[in-house]
Amino acid sequence: MDFAPTDDQELFRATARSFLEREAPLATVRSWIDRPDGFDAGWWRQAAEIGFTSFLVSEEAGGGSLSGRGLDDLLIVAEEMGRLVSPGPLVPANVVAGAVSTSATRQQRERLLPGILSGDHVPGWCSGVEVEVVVDGDDHHFVLRGGASLVEAGAQAQEVLVTATGSAGLTQFLVPVDAPGVTVTPLVGIDLVRRFARLDFGDVRVDRSSVLGQVGRAGPALQHQRLVALVLQCSETTGAMSRVLEFTLDYLGDRYAAGRPLSSYQVLKHYLADMKLWLEASRGVTALAARAVHDQTDEAEELVRAAAAYVGEHGTELVQKAVQLHGGIGITWEHDLHLYLRRVSLNRNLGGTPAEHLERLAELSLQQLETS
Amino acid sequence: MSPPEEQRESVEQFARRSGEWLAANMPRLTSEPVHERRDDIWDRQRELQRMLWDGGFAGICVPRDYGGLGLPVEYQRAFTAESLPYELPFYLGTPTFSIILATLLDFGTHEQKLAHVPGILRGDTIWVQFLSEPSGGSDLAACLTRADRREDTWVLNGAKIWSSAAEACDFALCLARTNWDVPKHRGLSVFILDLRAPGVTIEPITQVNGNHTFCQEFFDDVVLPLDALLGEVDQGWTVTTALLTHEREGVGGSSPYVSGRNLLAPGSTVRTNPAAVLARSLGIADDPVARQLVGEQRMSDLVQRGLVERVSVGVRTGSLPPSAAALLKLYTAGASVRRTEIAATLAGEGGVVWSPGDVETQERADKYLIRQADSISGGTSEIQRNIISERVLGLPRELAADRDVPYREVRQSSRARTD
Repeated sequence: MDFAPTDDQELFRATARSFLEREAPLATVRSWIDRPDGFDAGWWRQAAEIGFTSFLVSEEAGGGSLSGRGLDDLLIVAEEMGRLVSPGPLVPANVVAGAVSTSATRQQRERLLPGILSGDHVPGWCSGVEVEVVVDGDDHHFVLRGGASLVEAGAQAQEVLVTATGSAGLTQFLVPVDAPGVTVTPLVGIDLVRRFARLDFGDVRVDRSSVLGQVGRAGPALQHQRLVALVLQCSETTGAMSRVLEFTLDYLGDRYAAGRPLSSYQVLKHYLADMKLWLEASRGVTALAARAVHDQTDEAEELVRAAAAYVGEHGTELVQKAVQLHGGIGITWEHDLHLYLRRVSLNRNLGGTPAEHLERLAELSLQQLETS
Repeated sequence: MSPPEEQRESVEQFARRSGEWLAANMPRLTSEPVHERRDDIWDRQRELQRMLWDGGFAGICVPRDYGGLGLPVEYQRAFTAESLPYELPFYLGTPTFSIILATLLDFGTHEQKLAHVPGILRGDTIWVQFLSEPSGGSDLAACLTRADRREDTWVLNGAKIWSSAAEACDFALCLARTNWDVPKHRGLSVFILDLRAPGVTIEPITQVNGNHTFCQEFFDDVVLPLDALLGEVDQGWTVTTALLTHEREGVGGSSPYVSGRNLLAPGSTVRTNPAAVLARSLGIADDPVARQLVGEQRMSDLVQRGLVERVSVGVRTGSLPPSAAALLKLYTAGASVRRTEIAATLAGEGGVVWSPGDVETQERADKYLIRQADSISGGTSEIQRNIISERVLGLPRELAADRDVPYREVRQSSRARTD
């Protein structure tokens, strides 16, 4: 197994980076803070045109990957977006696109995929299971009741993918946000451009054409979606870590104290060495996790949880250490560091905290003993 | 030197022949090989190496002139892949094969290679390197052991320390200062030292845990022949740099001279979580604090696997410099500290007071007491951080008071000077 990037991937990385640097530099990102959606719709369409939403979609369905491993390709998008704390519905767009490409009927695909692939349509994805199927009596319609407390782009989405429990088991539904009974409440988050909303389902009536995949069999699909989301968050955080380390190194080289650059002080050099280690370890475990998720190996969840716990903890620690190394300027609104700190803090807790991932790793390790 | 390609058997044929020979001749491993220091372990290594030699599988990548098979590295990898279920002379892998043999092949004269390489391949001689000194710490080039030219000999005086299992070895490569009038790195030479030569004293060091993994050595007027010099006189730092590169290959598992699985290579693919085993055996698998530690242990092992991949691919493709190996060293040192700490914490009261004969608990306590060893040996974590910040990140180098100064004039630790 080898994760050296292919030539196509290197070329795509350069394209994605120059697109983001040109169309969404940090000054632009700051100017989008006051927009209700947090990003410019035209910009997201351009991003989609480059491929930001197509790697998890099969070629027949209008997508395609660079390397034959779509998740590896998508990690490049996530990492580059992390470098510039880009807004945009990276996780919900790709998770839903992948789910629809894998499990949808032809009608569902034709209804949803062209819009997601072109960037015209922003889908929402509910990561939890907080909704219940209260009526599935006659096989033709279902009534959904409950809430989804934290839905990325929930207020921007036209349609959301939601998982509901019921007597048959877990079922996933594609629900239009303007369906009668759906209430959307925008939330305020630590990240200034990633938007979240609470969705309430007050006896929302949907029919069979809304079911994605099979009724009662959505457990593995939801698990896969969660692992994809966590890996993307990890990759985005490694991008942020890498950019923060770069400009911290520059700053410490330019700034002098007692007649010598700050970067020549051994205690500061040792902090920076630790930060480099955290970055490379984060990249390594994230890449392994992405491979395992793509290949659906029996270690996939362990690797993703290990990545999420490690990257979550060390991503925030790296940026906080960078604040310390910058001194007073690091805690100002004017300096860009807080944009990075906001993004890595968001990713650290979204989909589980490091402590929750460790708890799950313990559970998996102990289960492993029972079966071996 | 090596057979022309068209006459050579294919890698697949070689692998098949190796597999059949291994099955017929080598003992199967009944359990995981462990770093035991049994009294007879070195005789066993010699015996196993002799079996490889007699079977025609010793020195797969060593030139035929010196007793090897002269085959490309794919053949060695194929043999190792076939050999995983069998007991091989694991403890000869590093340093004798990966470090010493490789350095002898790099710098030895034809006569030196003829004199020493076949003996290594037959299992007749076991080797060690003498680099660190009692006064030197991580600064290997601050070498005070001296070799002085006296007529047609070299005379060696000084002391070395932290050499692995030197008491079981036959020969050493020894770094010594041959010129005191030039700066630190330019007055060193490397010698082939017969450990039975008069004037060589080897003393095992008792560690905190009672083990004798390392030794120290003293040299009192040890007389060496002129042809004991490996490489050029005063060019010993070049030899040492190559030797240290071979050490990284040995530890990292990429040496072309080692047969069998690499006990030192990090990034294992083992799925069993030792902290989970311990928590279950202590009946605390439901305790939330214990579970955090069990989870951390698994995380640490999996992250290490990812880092190994990341660094090896990065160095190969050029996105990281070769010195990025220091990242791996720094990570494994920290992970090793946490591993012993997690075990000690899980063990609780029962981990510090135990019934007589409870070897497992005692070993766990000993490991905790010696937990800093991996952050010290092979270059301290502080040195690794210097390497990462200076050579990987390109930050300013530390001030060195001995740079470009004749070594005679460099200040030494108060009790260290020998001249």
